[in-house]
Amino acid sequence: MSKLEIQNISMTYHTKEGETSALSDINLKVEDGEFITIIGPSGCGKSTLLSIFAGLIEPSNGKILIDDKEIKYPCSQIGYMLQRDHLFEWRTIYKNIIIGLEIQNKLDKDSIENVENMMKKYGLSSFKNYYPHQLSGGMRQRAALIRTLALNPEVLLLDEPFSALDYQTRLAVSDEIYCIIKNECKTAIMVSHDIAEAISLSDKIVVLTKRPGTVKSIHDINLEIENRTPLKAREAPKFREYFNTLWKELDVHVE
Amino acid sequence: MSNEPYSKEHQEYLKKAKNRKTAIIITQILILVIFFVQWEITAKLKIVDPFLVSQPSRIIKSLVKIYNEGTLFRHIWVTCYETIVGFVVGTLLGILIATILWWSDFICKVLDPYLVVLNALPKIALGPIIIFWAGNNQNSIIIIALMISLVVTIISVLSGFQEVDEDKIKLLKTFGANKFQILRYVVFPASIPTMISALKINVGLSWVGVIVGEFLVAKEGLGFLIVFGGQVAQLDMVMMSILILSLVAYLMYEVVALFEKKFVKWKS
Repeated sequence: MSKLEIQNISMTYHTKEGETSALSDINLKVEDGEFITIIGPSGCGKSTLLSIFAGLIEPSNGKILIDDKEIKYPCSQIGYMLQRDHLFEWRTIYKNIIIGLEIQNKLDKDSIENVENMMKKYGLSSFKNYYPHQLSGGMRQRAALIRTLALNPEVLLLDEPFSALDYQTRLAVSDEIYCIIKNECKTAIMVSHDIAEAISLSDKIVVLTKRPGTVKSIHDINLEIENRTPLKAREAPKFREYFNTLWKELDVHVE
Repeated sequence: MSNEPYSKEHQEYLKKAKNRKTAIIITQILILVIFFVQWEITAKLKIVDPFLVSQPSRIIKSLVKIYNEGTLFRHIWVTCYETIVGFVVGTLLGILIATILWWSDFICKVLDPYLVVLNALPKIALGPIIIFWAGNNQNSIIIIALMISLVVTIISVLSGFQEVDEDKIKLLKTFGANKFQILRYVVFPASIPTMISALKINVGLSWVGVIVGEFLVAKEGLGFLIVFGGQVAQLDMVMMSILILSLVAYLMYEVVALFEKKFVKWKS
Protein backbone atom coordinates (compact mmCIF):
# COMPACT_ATOMS: atom_id res chain seq x y z
CA MET A 1 0.00 0.00 0.00
CA SER A 2 1.36 3.41 -0.93
CA LYS A 3 1.04 6.41 1.32
CA LEU A 4 -0.08 8.65 -1.51
CA GLU A 5 -1.37 7.64 -4.87
CA ILE A 6 -2.08 9.95 -7.75
CA GLN A 7 -4.32 8.58 -10.45
CA ASN A 8 -4.80 10.08 -13.91
CA ILE A 9 -4.55 13.72 -12.89
CA SER A 10 -5.18 16.15 -15.76
CA MET A 11 -5.63 19.87 -15.62
CA THR A 12 -6.85 22.31 -18.20
CA TYR A 13 -6.92 26.05 -17.65
CA HIS A 14 -9.67 28.11 -19.20
CA THR A 15 -9.14 31.72 -20.13
CA LYS A 16 -10.89 34.03 -22.57
CA GLU A 17 -8.08 33.46 -25.05
CA GLY A 18 -8.67 29.73 -25.05
CA GLU A 19 -7.80 26.64 -23.07
CA THR A 20 -4.37 25.42 -22.08
CA SER A 21 -3.65 21.89 -21.08
CA ALA A 22 -1.23 22.16 -18.15
CA LEU A 23 -1.06 18.58 -16.97
CA SER A 24 -2.04 15.42 -18.69
CA ASP A 25 -2.61 12.01 -17.16
CA ILE A 26 -0.20 12.05 -14.22
CA ASN A 27 0.20 8.84 -12.26
CA LEU A 28 2.44 8.54 -9.24
CA LYS A 29 2.92 6.50 -6.10
CA VAL A 30 4.68 7.78 -3.00
CA GLU A 31 5.67 5.44 -0.20
CA ASP A 32 5.48 6.25 3.49
CA GLY A 33 8.44 8.30 4.71
CA GLU A 34 9.76 8.90 1.22
CA PHE A 35 11.13 12.22 0.03
CA ILE A 36 10.35 12.73 -3.61
CA THR A 37 11.08 15.70 -5.82
CA ILE A 38 9.29 16.67 -8.98
CA ILE A 39 11.45 18.49 -11.49
CA GLY A 40 10.78 19.62 -15.02
CA PRO A 41 11.26 22.47 -17.44
CA SER A 42 9.76 25.77 -16.37
CA GLY A 43 6.08 26.04 -17.11
CA CYS A 44 5.56 22.29 -17.07
CA GLY A 45 2.91 22.55 -14.39
CA LYS A 46 4.95 21.45 -11.35
CA SER A 47 3.42 24.03 -9.05
CA THR A 48 -0.02 23.38 -10.48
CA LEU A 49 0.39 19.74 -9.56
CA LEU A 50 1.30 20.67 -5.99
CA SER A 51 -1.66 23.03 -5.73
CA ILE A 52 -3.88 20.16 -6.81
CA PHE A 53 -2.43 17.91 -4.08
CA ALA A 54 -3.05 20.67 -1.56
CA GLY A 55 -6.65 21.01 -2.70
CA LEU A 56 -6.19 24.64 -3.74
CA ILE A 57 -7.34 23.90 -7.26
CA GLU A 58 -9.54 21.16 -8.51
CA PRO A 59 -8.13 18.98 -11.29
CA SER A 60 -10.12 18.55 -14.48
CA ASN A 61 -9.71 14.83 -14.07
CA GLY A 62 -8.31 12.17 -11.79
CA LYS A 63 -8.10 11.51 -8.08
CA ILE A 64 -5.68 11.43 -5.18
CA LEU A 65 -5.62 8.74 -2.53
CA ILE A 66 -4.00 8.72 0.88
CA ASP A 67 -3.77 5.28 2.48
CA ASP A 68 -6.04 4.03 -0.31
CA LYS A 69 -8.78 6.49 0.56
CA GLU A 70 -9.75 9.34 -1.73
CA ILE A 71 -8.97 12.69 -0.11
CA LYS A 72 -11.69 15.13 0.75
CA TYR A 73 -10.56 18.76 1.04
CA PRO A 74 -9.74 20.57 3.25
CA CYS A 75 -7.49 17.73 4.30
CA SER A 76 -5.56 17.84 7.55
CA GLN A 77 -3.30 14.97 6.47
CA ILE A 78 -1.56 17.29 4.03
CA GLY A 79 0.68 20.23 4.93
CA TYR A 80 1.87 22.80 2.44
CA MET A 81 4.98 24.94 2.45
CA LEU A 82 5.21 27.82 0.06
CA GLN A 83 8.14 29.39 -1.75
CA ARG A 84 8.59 32.11 0.80
CA ASP A 85 7.97 31.70 4.50
CA HIS A 86 5.03 34.14 4.53
CA LEU A 87 5.20 34.67 8.25
CA PHE A 88 2.78 37.44 9.14
CA GLU A 89 4.73 40.55 10.14
CA TRP A 90 2.12 41.60 12.67
CA ARG A 91 2.22 38.36 14.62
CA THR A 92 4.99 37.10 16.85
CA ILE A 93 6.79 33.90 15.91
CA TYR A 94 4.72 31.88 18.36
CA LYS A 95 1.48 33.44 17.11
CA ASN A 96 2.56 32.70 13.56
CA ILE A 97 3.24 29.09 14.35
CA ILE A 98 -0.15 28.47 15.93
CA ILE A 99 -2.17 30.20 13.21
CA GLY A 100 -3.11 26.93 11.52
CA LEU A 101 -4.29 25.53 14.84
CA GLU A 102 -6.31 28.67 15.48
CA ILE A 103 -8.01 28.43 12.10
CA GLN A 104 -8.86 24.77 12.52
CA ASN A 105 -9.94 25.37 16.09
CA LYS A 106 -7.45 22.85 17.39
CA LEU A 107 -5.72 25.03 19.92
CA ASP A 108 -5.70 22.90 23.05
CA LYS A 109 -3.25 21.78 25.71
CA ASP A 110 -1.82 18.92 23.65
CA SER A 111 -1.29 20.90 20.49
CA ILE A 112 0.28 23.82 22.36
CA GLU A 113 2.62 21.44 24.14
CA ASN A 114 3.53 19.84 20.84
CA VAL A 115 4.30 23.24 19.32
CA GLU A 116 6.39 24.27 22.29
CA ASN A 117 8.36 21.05 22.16
CA MET A 118 9.10 21.53 18.50
CA MET A 119 10.14 25.13 19.08
CA LYS A 120 12.49 23.98 21.78
CA LYS A 121 13.87 21.10 19.73
CA TYR A 122 14.55 23.29 16.70
CA GLY A 123 15.96 26.26 18.55
CA LEU A 124 13.14 28.77 18.36
CA SER A 125 11.78 28.91 21.91
CA SER A 126 13.88 31.91 22.91
CA PHE A 127 12.50 33.80 19.89
CA LYS A 128 8.91 33.04 20.77
CA ASN A 129 7.88 36.65 21.24
CA TYR A 130 10.00 38.11 18.46
CA TYR A 131 8.49 39.52 15.31
CA PRO A 132 9.48 37.85 12.01
CA HIS A 133 11.62 40.75 10.78
CA GLN A 134 13.92 40.22 13.76
CA LEU A 135 14.83 36.69 12.64
CA SER A 136 17.28 35.37 10.07
CA GLY A 137 16.13 33.73 6.85
CA GLY A 138 16.92 30.27 8.14
CA MET A 139 15.03 30.74 11.40
CA ARG A 140 12.04 32.12 9.51
CA GLN A 141 12.01 29.07 7.28
CA ARG A 142 12.18 26.80 10.32
CA ALA A 143 9.30 28.69 11.90
CA ALA A 144 7.33 28.25 8.70
CA LEU A 145 7.98 24.52 8.76
CA ILE A 146 6.91 24.21 12.40
CA ARG A 147 3.76 26.16 11.53
CA THR A 148 2.99 23.47 8.97
CA LEU A 149 4.02 20.61 11.27
CA ALA A 150 1.89 21.98 14.11
CA LEU A 151 -1.16 20.52 12.39
CA ASN A 152 0.53 17.15 12.34
CA PRO A 153 0.19 16.39 8.62
CA GLU A 154 1.32 13.04 7.25
CA VAL A 155 2.37 14.33 3.86
CA LEU A 156 4.30 17.54 3.36
CA LEU A 157 4.20 19.49 0.13
CA LEU A 158 7.13 21.81 -0.51
CA ASP A 159 6.91 24.31 -3.33
CA GLU A 160 10.49 25.37 -4.05
CA PRO A 161 10.85 26.09 -0.35
CA PHE A 162 14.40 27.44 -0.56
CA SER A 163 14.23 29.50 -3.71
CA ALA A 164 13.90 32.82 -1.88
CA LEU A 165 17.15 32.30 0.06
CA ASP A 166 20.69 33.15 -1.01
CA TYR A 167 22.96 30.25 -1.95
CA GLN A 168 24.82 29.71 1.35
CA THR A 169 21.71 30.04 3.49
CA ARG A 170 19.97 27.77 1.08
CA LEU A 171 22.43 24.93 1.63
CA ALA A 172 22.27 25.32 5.39
CA VAL A 173 18.49 25.63 5.53
CA SER A 174 17.85 22.69 3.24
CA ASP A 175 20.05 20.65 5.56
CA GLU A 176 18.05 21.75 8.60
CA ILE A 177 14.67 21.28 6.98
CA TYR A 178 15.64 17.87 5.66
CA CYS A 179 16.68 16.73 9.12
CA ILE A 180 13.48 18.00 10.68
CA ILE A 181 11.36 16.23 8.08
CA LYS A 182 13.23 12.95 8.54
CA ASN A 183 13.20 13.36 12.29
CA GLU A 184 9.43 13.76 12.32
CA CYS A 185 9.07 10.84 9.89
CA LYS A 186 7.06 12.73 7.30
CA THR A 187 6.44 11.86 3.70
CA ALA A 188 7.48 14.78 1.53
CA ILE A 189 6.84 15.90 -2.01
CA MET A 190 8.95 18.78 -3.22
CA VAL A 191 8.83 20.77 -6.41
CA SER A 192 12.10 22.24 -7.61
CA HIS A 193 13.90 23.41 -10.70
CA ASP A 194 17.31 22.89 -9.10
CA ILE A 195 18.70 19.50 -10.12
CA ALA A 196 21.45 19.49 -7.47
CA GLU A 197 19.03 20.35 -4.71
CA ALA A 198 16.67 17.64 -5.88
CA ILE A 199 19.39 14.97 -5.81
CA SER A 200 20.73 16.07 -2.44
CA LEU A 201 17.35 15.77 -0.75
CA SER A 202 15.36 13.09 -2.49
CA ASP A 203 14.90 9.37 -2.42
CA LYS A 204 13.17 9.55 -5.76
CA ILE A 205 13.03 12.14 -8.53
CA VAL A 206 10.15 12.48 -10.93
CA VAL A 207 10.87 14.25 -14.22
CA LEU A 208 7.99 15.92 -15.99
CA THR A 209 7.84 16.71 -19.69
CA LYS A 210 7.15 20.11 -21.20
CA ARG A 211 3.59 21.41 -21.18
CA PRO A 212 1.27 19.62 -21.00
CA GLY A 213 3.22 18.03 -18.19
CA THR A 214 3.23 14.30 -17.88
CA VAL A 215 5.61 11.91 -16.12
CA LYS A 216 8.67 11.42 -18.33
CA SER A 217 10.74 9.23 -16.03
CA ILE A 218 11.26 8.32 -12.39
CA HIS A 219 14.73 7.96 -10.90
CA ASP A 220 15.52 6.23 -7.62
CA ILE A 221 18.34 8.05 -5.92
CA ASN A 222 20.71 5.83 -4.04
CA LEU A 223 23.90 7.63 -3.17
CA GLU A 224 25.33 4.75 -1.14
CA ILE A 225 26.45 6.85 1.80
CA GLU A 226 25.79 6.52 5.50
CA ASN A 227 23.96 9.09 7.64
CA ARG A 228 22.84 10.92 4.62
CA THR A 229 22.25 14.65 4.81
CA PRO A 230 21.85 17.02 1.87
CA LEU A 231 25.33 18.48 2.38
CA LYS A 232 27.00 15.08 2.55
CA ALA A 233 24.98 13.94 -0.42
CA ARG A 234 26.59 16.62 -2.54
CA GLU A 235 29.96 15.05 -1.88
CA ALA A 236 28.91 11.52 -2.81
CA PRO A 237 30.65 10.09 -5.89
CA LYS A 238 27.36 9.10 -7.43
CA PHE A 239 25.99 12.65 -7.11
CA ARG A 240 27.57 13.75 -10.37
CA GLU A 241 26.31 10.68 -12.24
CA TYR A 242 22.75 11.45 -11.26
CA PHE A 243 23.27 15.07 -12.11
CA ASN A 244 24.39 14.24 -15.63
CA THR A 245 21.55 11.80 -16.21
CA LEU A 246 18.94 14.28 -15.01
CA TRP A 247 20.50 17.12 -16.94
CA LYS A 248 20.15 15.09 -20.14
CA GLU A 249 16.62 14.09 -19.14
CA LEU A 250 15.57 17.68 -18.71
CA ASP A 251 16.98 18.48 -22.13
CA VAL A 252 17.64 22.12 -21.38
CA HIS A 253 18.22 24.30 -24.38
CA VAL A 254 19.28 27.89 -24.07
CA GLU A 255 17.97 29.72 -27.06
CA MET B 1 18.42 49.94 27.51
CA SER B 2 21.72 48.22 28.17
CA ASN B 3 24.37 49.61 30.41
CA GLU B 4 27.20 48.51 28.17
CA PRO B 5 29.67 51.32 27.66
CA TYR B 6 29.68 52.30 24.01
CA SER B 7 32.88 52.90 22.09
CA LYS B 8 34.03 56.47 21.77
CA GLU B 9 33.18 56.51 18.12
CA HIS B 10 29.64 55.38 18.83
CA GLN B 11 29.21 57.96 21.59
CA GLU B 12 30.21 60.62 19.13
CA TYR B 13 27.80 59.29 16.57
CA LEU B 14 24.99 59.44 19.13
CA LYS B 15 25.94 62.95 20.10
CA LYS B 16 25.94 64.08 16.49
CA ALA B 17 22.53 62.57 15.88
CA LYS B 18 21.18 64.30 18.97
CA ASN B 19 22.68 67.65 18.00
CA ARG B 20 21.16 67.47 14.59
CA LYS B 21 17.74 66.78 16.05
CA THR B 22 18.03 69.75 18.41
CA ALA B 23 19.16 71.97 15.54
CA ILE B 24 16.10 71.04 13.52
CA ILE B 25 13.71 71.80 16.39
CA ILE B 26 15.39 75.10 17.20
CA THR B 27 15.24 76.21 13.58
CA GLN B 28 11.58 75.26 13.38
CA ILE B 29 10.76 77.36 16.42
CA LEU B 30 12.94 80.19 15.17
CA ILE B 31 11.01 80.39 11.89
CA LEU B 32 7.77 80.70 13.82
CA VAL B 33 9.14 83.39 16.14
CA ILE B 34 10.68 85.42 13.30
CA PHE B 35 7.47 85.23 11.33
CA PHE B 36 5.34 86.60 14.16
CA VAL B 37 7.89 89.22 15.20
CA GLN B 38 8.27 90.61 11.70
CA TRP B 39 4.49 90.58 11.34
CA GLU B 40 4.10 92.61 14.51
CA ILE B 41 6.87 95.07 13.55
CA THR B 42 5.88 95.59 9.92
CA ALA B 43 2.29 96.17 11.01
CA LYS B 44 3.34 98.60 13.73
CA LEU B 45 5.52 100.55 11.28
CA LYS B 46 2.59 100.56 8.82
CA ILE B 47 4.68 98.79 6.18
CA VAL B 48 1.70 96.46 5.84
CA ASP B 49 -1.85 97.56 6.56
CA PRO B 50 -2.90 96.01 9.91
CA PHE B 51 -6.54 96.35 8.88
CA LEU B 52 -5.97 93.95 5.98
CA VAL B 53 -3.43 91.54 7.47
CA SER B 54 -4.11 92.03 11.19
CA GLN B 55 -1.31 91.92 13.74
CA PRO B 56 -0.24 89.40 16.43
CA SER B 57 -0.98 91.83 19.30
CA ARG B 58 -4.46 92.52 17.91
CA ILE B 59 -5.03 88.81 17.47
CA ILE B 60 -4.21 88.28 21.14
CA LYS B 61 -6.58 91.07 22.10
CA SER B 62 -9.30 89.46 20.07
CA LEU B 63 -8.54 86.13 21.72
CA VAL B 64 -8.77 87.63 25.20
CA LYS B 65 -12.04 89.33 24.30
CA ILE B 66 -13.66 86.13 23.11
CA TYR B 67 -12.24 84.27 26.08
CA ASN B 68 -13.77 86.83 28.45
CA GLU B 69 -17.10 86.45 26.68
CA GLY B 70 -16.77 82.79 27.61
CA THR B 71 -17.41 81.37 24.16
CA LEU B 72 -13.86 80.57 23.01
CA PHE B 73 -13.77 76.95 24.10
CA ARG B 74 -17.32 76.43 23.00
CA HIS B 75 -16.37 77.44 19.44
CA ILE B 76 -13.29 75.24 19.44
CA TRP B 77 -15.16 72.29 20.90
CA VAL B 78 -18.02 72.50 18.41
CA THR B 79 -15.66 72.41 15.45
CA CYS B 80 -13.52 69.63 16.91
CA TYR B 81 -16.57 67.56 17.71
CA GLU B 82 -17.92 67.87 14.19
CA THR B 83 -14.56 66.97 12.71
CA ILE B 84 -13.96 63.98 14.94
CA VAL B 85 -17.43 62.56 14.37
CA GLY B 86 -17.06 63.23 10.65
CA PHE B 87 -13.78 61.46 10.18
CA VAL B 88 -14.35 58.61 12.60
CA VAL B 89 -17.73 57.75 11.12
CA GLY B 90 -16.40 58.36 7.60
CA THR B 91 -13.47 56.04 8.18
CA LEU B 92 -15.47 53.29 9.89
CA LEU B 93 -18.27 53.38 7.34
CA GLY B 94 -15.70 53.46 4.55
CA ILE B 95 -13.92 50.40 5.95
CA LEU B 96 -17.24 48.61 6.32
CA ILE B 97 -18.27 49.32 2.73
CA ALA B 98 -14.79 48.39 1.48
CA THR B 99 -15.13 45.08 3.33
CA ILE B 100 -18.46 44.37 1.63
CA LEU B 101 -16.96 45.20 -1.76
CA TRP B 102 -13.98 42.93 -1.04
CA TRP B 103 -16.32 40.15 0.00
CA SER B 104 -18.41 40.24 -3.14
CA ASP B 105 -16.50 40.64 -6.35
CA PHE B 106 -19.82 41.02 -8.16
CA ILE B 107 -20.99 44.02 -6.12
CA CYS B 108 -17.51 45.49 -6.45
CA LYS B 109 -17.54 45.26 -10.24
CA VAL B 110 -21.09 46.61 -10.45
CA LEU B 111 -20.41 49.61 -8.23
CA ASP B 112 -17.04 50.46 -9.73
CA PRO B 113 -18.19 53.19 -12.19
CA TYR B 114 -20.44 54.74 -9.52
CA LEU B 115 -17.53 54.99 -7.12
CA VAL B 116 -15.43 56.66 -9.78
CA VAL B 117 -18.14 59.25 -10.41
CA LEU B 118 -18.72 59.84 -6.70
CA ASN B 119 -15.02 60.23 -6.17
CA ALA B 120 -14.71 62.78 -8.96
CA LEU B 121 -17.73 64.77 -7.78
CA PRO B 122 -16.86 67.65 -5.45
CA LYS B 123 -18.93 66.70 -2.42
CA ILE B 124 -19.30 70.34 -1.38
CA ALA B 125 -21.64 70.71 -4.35
CA LEU B 126 -24.08 68.52 -2.44
CA GLY B 127 -24.06 71.01 0.46
CA PRO B 128 -27.34 72.75 -0.32
CA ILE B 129 -29.12 69.42 -0.84
CA ILE B 130 -27.77 68.04 2.41
CA ILE B 131 -28.96 71.14 4.26
CA PHE B 132 -32.44 70.63 2.84
CA TRP B 133 -32.49 67.01 3.88
CA ALA B 134 -30.70 67.09 7.22
CA GLY B 135 -31.79 70.57 8.33
CA ASN B 136 -30.09 73.87 8.95
CA ASN B 137 -28.00 72.48 11.81
CA GLN B 138 -24.96 70.60 12.99
CA ASN B 139 -26.07 67.33 11.38
CA SER B 140 -25.58 68.83 7.94
CA ILE B 141 -22.05 69.86 8.81
CA ILE B 142 -21.15 66.39 10.02
CA ILE B 143 -22.71 64.78 6.96
CA ILE B 144 -20.74 67.06 4.64
CA ALA B 145 -17.51 66.19 6.48
CA LEU B 146 -18.37 62.50 6.38
CA MET B 147 -19.22 62.54 2.66
CA ILE B 148 -15.87 64.06 1.83
CA SER B 149 -13.85 61.35 3.56
CA LEU B 150 -16.13 58.39 2.82
CA VAL B 151 -15.45 57.73 -0.86
CA VAL B 152 -11.71 58.24 -0.51
CA THR B 153 -11.67 55.76 2.37
CA ILE B 154 -13.64 53.16 0.43
CA ILE B 155 -11.32 53.39 -2.55
CA SER B 156 -8.02 53.41 -0.65
CA VAL B 157 -8.97 50.71 1.86
CA LEU B 158 -10.41 48.49 -0.87
CA SER B 159 -7.22 48.76 -2.89
CA GLY B 160 -5.31 47.96 0.30
CA PHE B 161 -7.44 44.82 0.75
CA GLN B 162 -6.85 43.82 -2.84
CA GLU B 163 -3.12 44.29 -2.61
CA VAL B 164 -2.74 41.77 0.20
CA ASP B 165 -0.25 39.13 -0.93
CA GLU B 166 -2.13 36.34 -2.75
CA ASP B 167 0.31 33.79 -1.34
CA LYS B 168 -0.57 34.74 2.24
CA ILE B 169 -4.20 34.04 1.41
CA LYS B 170 -3.16 30.81 -0.28
CA LEU B 171 -1.30 29.82 2.88
CA LEU B 172 -4.45 30.22 4.96
CA LYS B 173 -6.45 28.32 2.37
CA THR B 174 -4.08 25.37 2.78
CA PHE B 175 -5.11 25.43 6.45
CA GLY B 176 -8.72 25.28 5.27
CA ALA B 177 -9.61 28.84 6.23
CA ASN B 178 -13.01 30.18 5.16
CA LYS B 179 -13.58 33.63 3.74
CA PHE B 180 -14.31 35.21 7.09
CA GLN B 181 -11.13 33.76 8.57
CA ILE B 182 -9.13 35.04 5.61
CA LEU B 183 -10.55 38.48 6.28
CA ARG B 184 -9.85 38.27 9.97
CA TYR B 185 -6.40 36.71 9.93
CA VAL B 186 -4.78 38.24 6.87
CA VAL B 187 -6.67 40.84 4.91
CA PHE B 188 -7.67 43.03 7.84
CA PRO B 189 -4.43 43.02 9.87
CA ALA B 190 -2.31 43.34 6.72
CA SER B 191 -4.32 46.43 5.78
CA ILE B 192 -4.05 48.24 9.09
CA PRO B 193 -1.28 50.52 7.80
CA THR B 194 -3.49 51.40 4.81
CA MET B 195 -6.42 52.10 7.10
CA ILE B 196 -4.34 54.34 9.29
CA SER B 197 -3.02 56.28 6.35
CA ALA B 198 -6.65 56.67 5.22
CA LEU B 199 -7.39 57.97 8.70
CA LYS B 200 -4.58 60.51 8.37
CA ILE B 201 -5.93 61.77 5.07
CA ASN B 202 -9.45 61.86 6.47
CA VAL B 203 -8.48 64.11 9.36
CA GLY B 204 -7.46 66.76 6.85
CA LEU B 205 -10.44 66.20 4.59
CA SER B 206 -12.91 66.38 7.45
CA TRP B 207 -11.56 69.78 8.44
CA VAL B 208 -12.36 70.97 4.92
CA GLY B 209 -15.87 69.54 5.18
CA VAL B 210 -16.52 70.99 8.62
CA ILE B 211 -15.29 74.49 7.81
CA VAL B 212 -17.26 74.63 4.57
CA GLY B 213 -20.27 73.26 6.40
CA GLU B 214 -19.94 75.94 9.05
CA PHE B 215 -19.64 78.60 6.34
CA LEU B 216 -23.00 77.40 5.08
CA VAL B 217 -25.10 76.83 8.17
CA ALA B 218 -23.38 77.28 11.52
CA LYS B 219 -24.10 79.62 14.37
CA GLU B 220 -21.01 78.62 16.26
CA GLY B 221 -17.60 77.05 15.66
CA LEU B 222 -14.31 78.24 14.20
CA GLY B 223 -15.65 78.22 10.64
CA PHE B 224 -18.51 80.40 11.79
CA LEU B 225 -16.08 82.83 13.45
CA ILE B 226 -14.13 83.07 10.19
CA VAL B 227 -17.20 83.87 8.09
CA PHE B 228 -18.64 86.17 10.71
CA GLY B 229 -15.31 87.98 11.16
CA GLY B 230 -15.12 88.45 7.40
CA GLN B 231 -18.62 89.83 7.21
CA VAL B 232 -18.09 92.40 9.94
CA ALA B 233 -14.60 93.24 8.63
CA GLN B 234 -12.95 91.93 11.81
CA LEU B 235 -9.83 90.38 10.30
CA ASP B 236 -8.30 89.95 13.77
CA MET B 237 -11.02 87.48 14.55
CA VAL B 238 -10.52 85.71 11.22
CA MET B 239 -6.76 85.40 11.72
CA MET B 240 -7.22 84.26 15.30
CA SER B 241 -9.63 81.52 14.23
CA ILE B 242 -7.29 80.39 11.49
CA LEU B 243 -4.38 80.17 13.94
CA ILE B 244 -6.42 78.18 16.43
CA LEU B 245 -7.62 75.98 13.59
CA SER B 246 -4.04 75.26 12.47
CA LEU B 247 -3.04 74.36 16.00
CA VAL B 248 -5.98 72.07 16.64
CA ALA B 249 -5.65 70.40 13.23
CA TYR B 250 -2.00 69.77 13.97
CA LEU B 251 -2.76 68.28 17.37
CA MET B 252 -5.40 66.01 15.92
CA TYR B 253 -2.98 64.78 13.28
CA GLU B 254 -0.44 64.01 15.98
CA VAL B 255 -3.00 61.98 17.90
CA VAL B 256 -3.62 59.87 14.80
CA ALA B 257 0.14 59.46 14.34
CA LEU B 258 0.37 58.26 17.94
CA PHE B 259 -2.40 55.80 17.20
CA GLU B 260 -0.38 54.55 14.25
CA LYS B 261 2.68 53.95 16.39
CA LYS B 262 0.64 51.91 18.81
CA PHE B 263 -0.96 49.73 16.17
CA VAL B 264 1.91 49.06 13.83
CA LYS B 265 4.54 48.45 16.43
CA TRP B 266 5.62 45.31 14.57
CA LYS B 267 6.97 47.47 11.79
CA SER B 268 9.83 49.13 13.57
